[in-house]
Amino acid sequence: MTELHPEPLTARVMGTPVDRVDGIEKVTGLASYAAEQRVPTTTGPLWCWLATSTVARGRVVGVDRTAALAHPGVAAVVDHENAPRLAETSNGELAILQDDRVHFRGQIVALVLAETPEAAREGARLLRIEQDEEPFDAELREDNATYRPEKVNPAKETDTEQGDVDAAIAASDIVVEQTYRTAYEHNNPLEPHATTAWWSEEDGRETLTMYDASQGVHGVVAALAPMLGLEKDQVRVMAPYVGGGFGSKGEAHAHVMAAALAARTTAGRPVRVVMTRQQMFALAGYRTATISHFRLAAGRDGRLTAIEHRAQEQTARVKEFAEQTASPTRMMYAATNRRTSHRLAVLDVAVPSWMRAPGEMPGMFAHEVAMDELAETCGLDPIELRRRNEPLSDPETDLPFDTRRLLECFDRGAARFGWDARPPEPRATRDGEWWVGTGVAAATYPAMRMPGNVARVETLENGCVAVSIGAVDIGTGARTVLTQIAADALGVGPDDIDLRIADTALPMATVAGGSSGTSSWGSAIVAAAQELKAAHGDVLTPGLRAEASAVRGDEAEQFSFHSFGAVFAEVRVHRDTGELRVPRLLGVYNVGRVINPTTARSQFLGGLVMGLSAALFEESVRDPRFGHVVTQDLATYHVASHADVLGVEAEWLEDETPLFTPMGSRGIGEIGIVGTSAAIVNAAHHATGVRVRQIPMTADMFCS
Amino acid sequence: MDTSITLTVDGERHGLTVDTRTTLLDALRERLGNTSPKKGCDHGQCGSCTVLVDGRRQLTCLALAVSYDGAELTTAAGLAPDGPHPMQQAFLRHDAYQCGYCTPGQVCSAVGMLDEAARGQPSHVTEDLAAPTSVEDLTDAEIRERMSGNLCRCGAYVGILDAVREVAGA
Repeated sequence: MTELHPEPLTARVMGTPVDRVDGIEKVTGLASYAAEQRVPTTTGPLWCWLATSTVARGRVVGVDRTAALAHPGVAAVVDHENAPRLAETSNGELAILQDDRVHFRGQIVALVLAETPEAAREGARLLRIEQDEEPFDAELREDNATYRPEKVNPAKETDTEQGDVDAAIAASDIVVEQTYRTAYEHNNPLEPHATTAWWSEEDGRETLTMYDASQGVHGVVAALAPMLGLEKDQVRVMAPYVGGGFGSKGEAHAHVMAAALAARTTAGRPVRVVMTRQQMFALAGYRTATISHFRLAAGRDGRLTAIEHRAQEQTARVKEFAEQTASPTRMMYAATNRRTSHRLAVLDVAVPSWMRAPGEMPGMFAHEVAMDELAETCGLDPIELRRRNEPLSDPETDLPFDTRRLLECFDRGAARFGWDARPPEPRATRDGEWWVGTGVAAATYPAMRMPGNVARVETLENGCVAVSIGAVDIGTGARTVLTQIAADALGVGPDDIDLRIADTALPMATVAGGSSGTSSWGSAIVAAAQELKAAHGDVLTPGLRAEASAVRGDEAEQFSFHSFGAVFAEVRVHRDTGELRVPRLLGVYNVGRVINPTTARSQFLGGLVMGLSAALFEESVRDPRFGHVVTQDLATYHVASHADVLGVEAEWLEDETPLFTPMGSRGIGEIGIVGTSAAIVNAAHHATGVRVRQIPMTADMFCS
Repeated sequence: MDTSITLTVDGERHGLTVDTRTTLLDALRERLGNTSPKKGCDHGQCGSCTVLVDGRRQLTCLALAVSYDGAELTTAAGLAPDGPHPMQQAFLRHDAYQCGYCTPGQVCSAVGMLDEAARGQPSHVTEDLAAPTSVEDLTDAEIRERMSGNLCRCGAYVGILDAVREVAGA
């Protein structure tokens, strides 16, 4: 395996709207997801049902298996007394069934194995699990979110301080001081988390094989292998099709360990675990609720002199996750004085994790509503306010941005949206029974490229080139886009690429997360292709092979890499009922080169729709008396449906950023959700004059 | 308790024995190995499991298999015998999906929905219940309303609307 710094690619297939290479499989349903995979044994898999705790904190004092085991079809019950022991238990989320402790309501406390899903489910119902409840805290409040984590996700500083914020605020003409809140949210990919697992002996060594609904197969191996006392090459994980993830499949959750442990007890018979939708609200991660205390100080001309963002959130006592809510505040606008901080309430609740644009999504909601309030206070157009606060370099690092065309995004969006015709005053337009307003917000997302990715290219007898990397396509279009990148890197057509992904038997790939997938995997593919050509020339005869990893120079020390966008929203608020509609939503993005305009547009639109959904609907309501989310299905946890999504459009600036990747691209998966909720909330204010400082924003907030 | 039933799925007749608790969805997926209909919520809240039963769209997770003895089912895998159905082709053209998990249900729902409209069935947003509806006259609001039982978390609604509108000829 070679490490090399790949040369920038010339775009031929990149930039063209190649059809999704897996389209037919998806529209017919022939694409097979983790719970649908055939297993290699003659008997089908045993079904494993997850039995979960009903107290928020305490102990399992007894499991009565009698009735469950007596039920026809039930084969076994696995609980903390008879579960296989783990070699390593420091990951509290994954170390299930190792002791009697209950850390949160909904935790896995027993597994029922049965011949059919019906029997497994009934067996779980018949289990008598006696639990002792201990005092617990499951409510995020301003007065208990006081714990200072060492770092925030992924490894950022918890607090930052530049200049003298308090002095600047004291000396300032204009101060906006407000608190903004975002709700608990659950990712809710349409495919429930699922794992099919079996143990076998390969070459005299114990081997665990799994199909898992995962955003990163190598990450699952890295998490599980040491816990199971195995070398990494004793675990194989595959994820050929994944029905969405949005972060919740970014890391292995406890059900994956449940499948591995259960399968260890069945003498080689495969085991299948599928979460119910309800279980996903406790076991699949979620976005913490956030409380953002903002202070913006500015001159009368709107130029910021100080920005303070103090974020309060929650984590779980059993495993820490600290969302980086104030992170975008550190780099978004120019200001000499700046303070950011994160404080957490440590609660006896399910483990929070990544949800599309962790940090940026809630943080930019708060920041961009605060900016709208500042624009109003200064009597400035909101776009003009942002123009006046555009930094010359990254305010956090003082490095120049490689490209930061935020203002062009605003200008282009303003022209397309008809922003010039907007009346400056709120509550100025009524159309029949509806107040009408428009709003805007900025979006940003860091460009991330993960080290450690390896790709292999091999020329085949049939004239095609096999391109292998353990990347996962969770619906993003990675399968298609990597094919395009490989075609350009090898100088062949996309039909000549035989792309092999989603399997840890293939070379190492990092997670489909942090909008880093295409940048990380694509760079490795380009490196391998260029290595092949360096060794063998441009004529691709069969039997050639190269494996390479892409390294970077010191670009990251010289430049700040971020993507940017401008989001425009029109909102109508019903004069009597407060009903909210969003007839128009437009995002204009600056993301480097767009490799596939078709799949990229779908990514942007999907992000905008999820931002709309967050603005108007999504809220996981936790009952602090019991510690669980009570809105734990799709009837009570509302996500945007067809009828909610009206005119949504996305476009992007022609751009390329070869300093960041040889493809000239940055990531695009997350930026669509950033700023969107703020644009909608700001538009509702423009429509009605009512300033909402929380999401979801609901009809009752407009009825007084 | 087990019961023997017959289901015709995508033109093929199957005799099978099911637990009386078995849903039509689980009968298709776990007994017959047809995983084209997807399980997204198992509660009739997402639409991923939609198939056509005797031509009408049906949430198979809310149907018990024993109640459908003798029924003819069409899944997205069997909508068209040769190559993709026009609705599937339109989904491909408009990139009306991302992860693909809700897609078979969306496709079946769209086909069934257009048939309902062709038969004159009104929706919640139909202004004049007395006026005859036709597929060609379906407004965007009508299509959105009639498709709202099928959630898409990837947010491909814009593409789905474009695809359905194109097939409707509206």
